[in-house]
Amino acid sequence: MSKGFTPSAATPAVITANDLRMGHCVWMQDGGWTSDPREAQLYEDEAIAEIALLEAIAQGNIVVGPYLAEARRGADGRPEPTHFREAFRRRGPSNYFHGKQADLEASNV
Amino acid sequence: MFDARPQHNEYLRHRSAQFRSQVERRLNGSLTEDEFRPLRLMNGVYLQLHAYMLRVAIPYGTISPDQMRTLALLASKWDKGYGHWTTRQNIQFNWPKLVDIPDMLDALADVGLHAIQTSGNTIRNVTTDAFAGAAADEVTDPRPYAELLRQWSTDHGEFQFLPRKFKIAISGGKQDRAVIAAHDIGLRLVTNDAGELGFQVWIGGGLGRTPLLGKVVREFLPEADLLPYVEAIISTYNLAGRRDNKYKARIKITVAERGLDVMREEIEAEFLNRRAVFTGVDQALLNDLKNVYAPPAFRDAPEGDYEAQRARHPAFRSWTDTNLLAHRVAGYASVTVTFKAPGQTPGDASAEQMLLLADLAERFGHSDLRIAHDQNVVLPHVHKSDLYALYEALREAGLATANAGLISDIIACPGMDYCALATARSIPVAQDIADHFRARGLEDEIGKFNIRISGCINACGHHHLGHIGILGLDRAGVENYQITLGGDGYDIPAIGERAGAGFPGEEVVPAIDRVIDAYLELRESPDERFIDTYRRLGVAPFKAALYPANA
Repeated sequence: MSKGFTPSAATPAVITANDLRMGHCVWMQDGGWTSDPREAQLYEDEAIAEIALLEAIAQGNIVVGPYLAEARRGADGRPEPTHFREAFRRRGPSNYFHGKQADLEASNV
Repeated sequence: MFDARPQHNEYLRHRSAQFRSQVERRLNGSLTEDEFRPLRLMNGVYLQLHAYMLRVAIPYGTISPDQMRTLALLASKWDKGYGHWTTRQNIQFNWPKLVDIPDMLDALADVGLHAIQTSGNTIRNVTTDAFAGAAADEVTDPRPYAELLRQWSTDHGEFQFLPRKFKIAISGGKQDRAVIAAHDIGLRLVTNDAGELGFQVWIGGGLGRTPLLGKVVREFLPEADLLPYVEAIISTYNLAGRRDNKYKARIKITVAERGLDVMREEIEAEFLNRRAVFTGVDQALLNDLKNVYAPPAFRDAPEGDYEAQRARHPAFRSWTDTNLLAHRVAGYASVTVTFKAPGQTPGDASAEQMLLLADLAERFGHSDLRIAHDQNVVLPHVHKSDLYALYEALREAGLATANAGLISDIIACPGMDYCALATARSIPVAQDIADHFRARGLEDEIGKFNIRISGCINACGHHHLGHIGILGLDRAGVENYQITLGGDGYDIPAIGERAGAGFPGEEVVPAIDRVIDAYLELRESPDERFIDTYRRLGVAPFKAALYPANA
């Protein structure tokens, strides 16, 4: 969660929101939005992250409720979640194979 | 069966068209999210963790087969094939797309259903006993009063912006099965010494972060004074309730801070003003509603081979032992269909199961279905000669689990698997606990046992009222579960006592296992329920079982 947290090289962040029309989770990438959390842009500088967040907020006709979420750089360089809430948003619910886990599997086929 | 269509269809279509236009304006940029959010919430549309969620009101849990079929249509056409029964007798759809919701509302309007006032600081869906009109211990059927309250409160101009949401429960049984003490207003149907019908009126109950049981504000309210008195309570609260702090805005805090006597004085004064302007149209409507809710044409017939089938089929016998409630008419029983089968998410119903229940209600249940606050479905009127055929049809669909009121009949909110407010998950905890006690083969041995799980402090899983309550929290980035003991939502309302430090997810099942072992050891006989043993011995032995290192 973004509360009391400042993006930096030690504590990187992604920008995430929900898609306005469909509701699913999306992540900011190159000023636009991706449904694949692995493609999310990692922000390691506070000023750049804040400007990007302002750009995200300005896209209120595409997404709802953008925020900075703490992340870490994984072994493959891609962002990984640091908090379980963000991990669940990237995966989907634990009781059915629905949400992102199903969407990502379908897109990988 | 009550049919809302003639009264409300035009109005509901109008509301749906309004929402369609609001969605269009949101999508074309005319409305910002800040402007749109209150509009969508007025129509039961939340934005959750993975998707939008649509909460549809099932008025006091009463639903017709046609309405149930429409819920199945919504689940299969616009969702992922299922819906979720809530603890407030509503249904939630977890995966609708915003662009589809106006079509869903249109389909609901066709059968008189809607999502109005399922969110926001308004009077929410009135709840009642799922066995209303059927239970053997009933003073009178609460549904005509519940419907009167529903029609009065829907779009009530004065009460659209209350300090906070407002929940009314009404109970007609000698045993309270609607947890009236845990509601903003609780209404208990009673008769006075003169044999006249009326209400014992409770106010100021609620769970959430400050759990409080309600207090009796009026021992006996004559039946005819229901609406002016309820209106006086809510208008008093509307003025006196705090708007500076949402955590102190519910009427329970207003009553606790100002005192019951002050509230009563203001309510009684306002009641005189309100009653003076009631013209009696409410009583005419109430009389009509009593006719609408007249009992179905019960059959006066022998029980057939019911006892013979019980003797022949142990699984059927076990199901009849746990899932039936005594009916007020000889030869009948009320059936609880639990949505707590092994591995199932508590309260999730597939479209196919909904369609089957609609058919079975028509074949065997006088076309009457109820959604119970424990996330099960009740067929209130089934003749005993039909029970075996009903059981067989349910069994083939995986709906004949013999566990109503047992330890695997767990109440759980959606938790962080779906809910944006949640601080931890509820569903996997419920599944693990149910699996564990099934694997140990202890369900029947333990007997009546009520576990309730909430995934955050808002307490949608009513954890305070569970014999064992579990509250999921985020402790330094890890899911952690606090346990309360000795709550009761069925018998003598009681808020559970917090036992001590919370447990990581993987330690919850072993912790509960220790409480159960202690109970089995301590009870005086197999008939002594956990809650009875708890009341006899207090919390100490169970705390010691939870925290053996401290004992």
